Amino acid sequence: MSITLKCHKGIGDKVQGIALVSDDNFSARYDLDRIKGIFSRPAHKLHGESYEKKILVMNTAKGGVASAWMLNEMKSRDIYPQAILFNAANTILAQGAALANLTMCDRFEDGDVTQLIKTGDEVIVDPQAGTVTILNRK
Amino acid sequence: MRLTDEEKAMLAGEMGEAKRWAIDHQVKVGEMFDAADLVPVSQSHMMVDPESAGEAGVAFLEGLAESGGRVSIPMITDPRGVDLNHYSPLGQTEEMANLERRTYAACESMGILMTNTCINYQTVMPPMFGDHVAYGDTGVVIYSNSACGARSNFEGGPSALAAGLTGRTPRYGLHLDKHRQATRRFKINEQPSELTDWGVLGAVIGKMSGSYWEVPVIEGLEVVPTSDQMKHLGAAMASYGSTPLFHISGITPESRTLSDVGGDKLPVEEVTKADLDALRSTFGGKGEKVDVVVFAAPQLSIVEMQQVAELCKGKTFKAPVLVCTSAQVYSDATRAGIVAHIEDAGGKVLEGTCFYQQYAREIGEANGWVRLLSNSAKIVNILGGYGYQPALASMEDCIASAEAGEIV
Repeated sequence: MSITLKCHKGIGDKVQGIALVSDDNFSARYDLDRIKGIFSRPAHKLHGESYEKKILVMNTAKGGVASAWMLNEMKSRDIYPQAILFNAANTILAQGAALANLTMCDRFEDGDVTQLIKTGDEVIVDPQAGTVTILNRK
Repeated sequence: MRLTDEEKAMLAGEMGEAKRWAIDHQVKVGEMFDAADLVPVSQSHMMVDPESAGEAGVAFLEGLAESGGRVSIPMITDPRGVDLNHYSPLGQTEEMANLERRTYAACESMGILMTNTCINYQTVMPPMFGDHVAYGDTGVVIYSNSACGARSNFEGGPSALAAGLTGRTPRYGLHLDKHRQATRRFKINEQPSELTDWGVLGAVIGKMSGSYWEVPVIEGLEVVPTSDQMKHLGAAMASYGSTPLFHISGITPESRTLSDVGGDKLPVEEVTKADLDALRSTFGGKGEKVDVVVFAAPQLSIVEMQQVAELCKGKTFKAPVLVCTSAQVYSDATRAGIVAHIEDAGGKVLEGTCFYQQYAREIGEANGWVRLLSNSAKIVNILGGYGYQPALASMEDCIASAEAGEIV
C-alpha cells in the first residue's frame, strides 16, 4: 500500500510527515512569516498555509542567500518544515539544510515531484537512500 | 568526494573544530551536487545579518570563534542588519543591536574583515577573470560571474564561512565550464535608460529563466552598461530568478560572440515592451500617500549617492527617505558633502546596512510603513513578503514623491 519515488541523494535524517505541495517556488526570506510559521507573501500559492512539521514539496528555490541561515534559525525555535523536496534545489537551500541538518532531497526520476505527491499524502523521506515513500497510495 | 591529505586532516579534526565543521559541511553540500573535489578560492564573502542568522546563527559563530577558528583567506562581509550609529530612531531594539555587536565580535576574532557591503566589486577588491571565489549575496555573485568572469556559486552565510575557514569550496555548479554555457537566449527591443529600467529588464529575464541552473544570454543591447547599470540588471535577475550568471553578447567577457557561450544554437525569446510593462504594472500606487522612500538593494555606489544628493538639493521631504550604502562609500560621501545634502533635505544615510536585511518587517510595523517606494526592482520584489505594499519608480520620481508625500 505504498509507492516509492527515487531521487538524488540528499541531506539530513530520515523523516515521516504529511505533505504540503505547490508547484510554486521557495525562499525562506521572501515567502515566510517565520515567527507564525506560515507562508506570508500574498502572491505565493501557499499564502496563509502553515508549514510547521510538514513535508514541503515545491518546484525550486529562488531568491537570496538568507535562507541558508534561516533554516537553522527556524529549527532552533522548533517551527520548521520536517523536510523540503524540490524538483531542483539551489545551492543556498542545500547549504542551509546542511547547517540545520534539515532533510532535503531533489531531482526525482519519475518526473515532477509537485505532481507525484499530493497535499495530505503521508510520506517517508530517506535522503541517504535517495527515496521518498508515499504510504497512502499504491 | 576526492580529498587531499590536508583536507582529510581537516575532516579528522586535526586542524581544529572550526575547520572540521567547515569541511564536513562542504562535503555534505558537495555530495548533493556531485562535486568531484574542492577548489581553492581567493576570497570569501559572508552574508550574516542578525535577522536571518538569529540567536541560533550568532551563537553558532561564537562557538566557532571560541574554538579558535580563524579564516585562511581574505574574507569580507555583506551588509549588517543594524547601523549601530542609528537604530533606535528606526524602531530597532537593543536586543537587535546586541546580536549585531556579538556578530562583529565573533567575526573579528576569526579574522573576518567587516566590510559590510554588497557592492564589494565596486568598493573593495573585484575578482579577476577566471578567479574562483566563494561569495554570498546573490547580487555580488551574479555581478562577479557575469561582468568579471569570476567563478562563484551562491554561497549562503554558513558555506561562505566554511570556505573562509578551509580556503576552498566544493567544485560544482559555476566552478565548472559546462554550467557556464547559455541555456536561454533573450533578444531585447527596448533599450533601458535609467537604473530602474535595467532592474526591470533583469527582473523580467530572471522571471522567464526561473532557476539557478539556467544561464541567460542577452542580445540586442546597443550600449555597454555602466557598473551601476550592470549591478541593477544582475541584482534584479538574481532576485526574481535565482539566476547566478548571465551573458551579454559582445559585452561580457565570456561572450565576445554569441557562439562563445553556445547561444547561436538556442531558440530566440523576445523580451517585449509588454513584458516590461507587465512587470512594472504590479508595483503601482500613483497618487497614494507614500510612507517611506528607500534607496538600497544593492547599496548605492558613490556615483549613485551623488545623483541622489543632486536631486535632494533645495528640497524638504514630507516622507522619510532612507539611503543605504557601504561603510567605504559612506566615508567618501561624507567627505564630499553628499551625505549632508541628502540629510539637509530630511533624508537619512545608513552606513553598512541594506534595508531589506535590517529587520524590514519589524521596522515597518514600528513606524507604520506600508506603502514603500524605491527605484530598486530587487527590493520591491522582496518586501511584499514583509508586509509592505511596494511601489517602483525612477530615482528622480522617488525623490519627487518624497517631497510631495505621495507617489507622483
